[in-house]
Amino acid sequence: MTATTPSSALPRAGAAPVPRHAHRARTRISWGRVLLWVLVAIVLAYLVFPVFIVAPVSFSSAKYLQFPPPGWSLQWYENYFARPGWVPATFVSIRVAIITTILATTLGTAASLALVRGRFPGRNAINSFMVSPLVVPGIIVAIGIYFFYAQVRLVGNPLGLALAHTALALPFVVTNVSATLHGFDERLEYAAMNLGANRWQTFRRVTLPIIRPGVFAGALFAFIVSFDELIVALFVSGSGAVTLPRKMWDSLRQEIDPTIAAVSTILITLSIVILLAAELLRQRSERTRTATWVAEEEELGVRE
Amino acid sequence: MATLTSEMASAPREAQSARFARLRRQEQVRYLLLLVPAVVFLIAFYGYPVAAMLTRSFSEPTWGWQNFEPLLQARSTLDVLGASLPMNAFIRVFGITLQIAVIVTFFTLLLGYPVAYALASVSASKANLLMILVLIPFWTSILVRSYAWMVLLGQEGIINQALLASGLRTEPMQLLNTRLAVYTGMIHILLPFMILPLYAVMRGIDRNLLRAAGNLGAAPSAVFTRIFLPLSLPGVAAGCLLVFILALGFYITPALLGGQRDVMISMLIQQQVSQLNWGFGAALALVLLVMALGIYLLFTRLLGVERVFGSARA
Repeated sequence: MTATTPSSALPRAGAAPVPRHAHRARTRISWGRVLLWVLVAIVLAYLVFPVFIVAPVSFSSAKYLQFPPPGWSLQWYENYFARPGWVPATFVSIRVAIITTILATTLGTAASLALVRGRFPGRNAINSFMVSPLVVPGIIVAIGIYFFYAQVRLVGNPLGLALAHTALALPFVVTNVSATLHGFDERLEYAAMNLGANRWQTFRRVTLPIIRPGVFAGALFAFIVSFDELIVALFVSGSGAVTLPRKMWDSLRQEIDPTIAAVSTILITLSIVILLAAELLRQRSERTRTATWVAEEEELGVRE
Repeated sequence: MATLTSEMASAPREAQSARFARLRRQEQVRYLLLLVPAVVFLIAFYGYPVAAMLTRSFSEPTWGWQNFEPLLQARSTLDVLGASLPMNAFIRVFGITLQIAVIVTFFTLLLGYPVAYALASVSASKANLLMILVLIPFWTSILVRSYAWMVLLGQEGIINQALLASGLRTEPMQLLNTRLAVYTGMIHILLPFMILPLYAVMRGIDRNLLRAAGNLGAAPSAVFTRIFLPLSLPGVAAGCLLVFILALGFYITPALLGGQRDVMISMLIQQQVSQLNWGFGAALALVLLVMALGIYLLFTRLLGVERVFGSARA
């Protein structure tokens, strides 16, 4: 486009009525934006830096904290495997977290279906009750469970710990699954049932695949909530159900040697892997959803 | 289902609507049945234990108000904060807890708002990428992050070593086991809980409104204070509520990073329960619960914060 063509000689809608002070305003904004992004960079560094500082400490050859490390070694990781308690605690944590995930996801998904679809009195009250473990401070649930388990002799029992963790994890499953159910077209289920599917088949083949992202996110939350949970474990893990956070807590109170840095590095790596996996899954589900929309629109002739 | 509909086509209208009503009732009964296991479970392993624990504040060792009396005395008989104070140490602990919660909420908002604002102003794909930096700490356990701060702030910690090496200081500073360490760690841990709801609300703000205001002659600062800021307030309320309630119940971080005088309510409750003062521990728990629920109701009823905890999803 050159200035000689008549079309470009016409004043363009956005460009023509630029008031004189707009230029000054623009330069001020850009300075503001620079300042904003500097601040953002500082805050993000504050968020991420402590998480990543643990890794170099865990590979240090020094017994006491020294930074930068004088040399590199894997001795703290060897400690983690060789010293009594660490590996068994890890297995207890994994077992408890898996039981919690299965229980919370099953109970929570069924409850979400009822809470989103059902029309019965007291629905909102039940919903608030199910989400309330999020608002109630952890110590309150912990001592409640502790007094109760002391009576029914469940202290020191991994299953008891998993049951308590399930109560804490349920709200995460309910909020995640409910969110996906809100955007769900129920006519898809009616169609399946009209075509002869029974209720279970409809759920397995139509409902579940559609709400899967929500169920999966809920399950992920349930696993993490249980795997990282410390306060309930402090009270009810006794000596028979010592979880990894409990073991870390105990050794933090005695002495801080870099074995905890090694364990922390393993846990941080785990959470990053889980986060990336969740992000990939989200992107994939978004892509398939967009692909379906595109196909639908093409069918309807909206898109060319 | 399929056979039912074909039957219904031939049935008289009244019978048909009666049948529909029955089917709808059956459907509702089915939903109720789906709800029963979760509700029974939660009552057994959450509702009942918590309620039974709270009633102990009145029933142990005998029925009455005796467990609440230490809270009302001018001076406390038990040593809580290391040394005996010329005042009620339990009330002092509630004061410390509220102070920490308020300061942490204020600073998470101060630091979180610009981050959410900046992330909401760039493209979604770029924002998602930067959001990973918020989500990595969010997904890392509180215990691990508190430990990381111990590594940074300790007597032989990284910050002190850097200070000594640079010659700015000749001897290490007391950074760990101070109130400042509690603030630093708690703000770090709770910041994602502020950024996520803020970002969710700011993403939903229609950018055309800002452009329209600008076109009508509003200066950028006016566009922000009169359009963007008011529209972002629901996110501010949700984030503040979430952070404040979580901060009230904090235990791990103040226990690891705080000093002898930085006792929060959760730590006091734990201490009382482990000293077998179950009744008094339960009474403290009741007061904490009333505070948390009171603030929750205040925000949801007065400010109309809806679905606060749903919006905090990653």
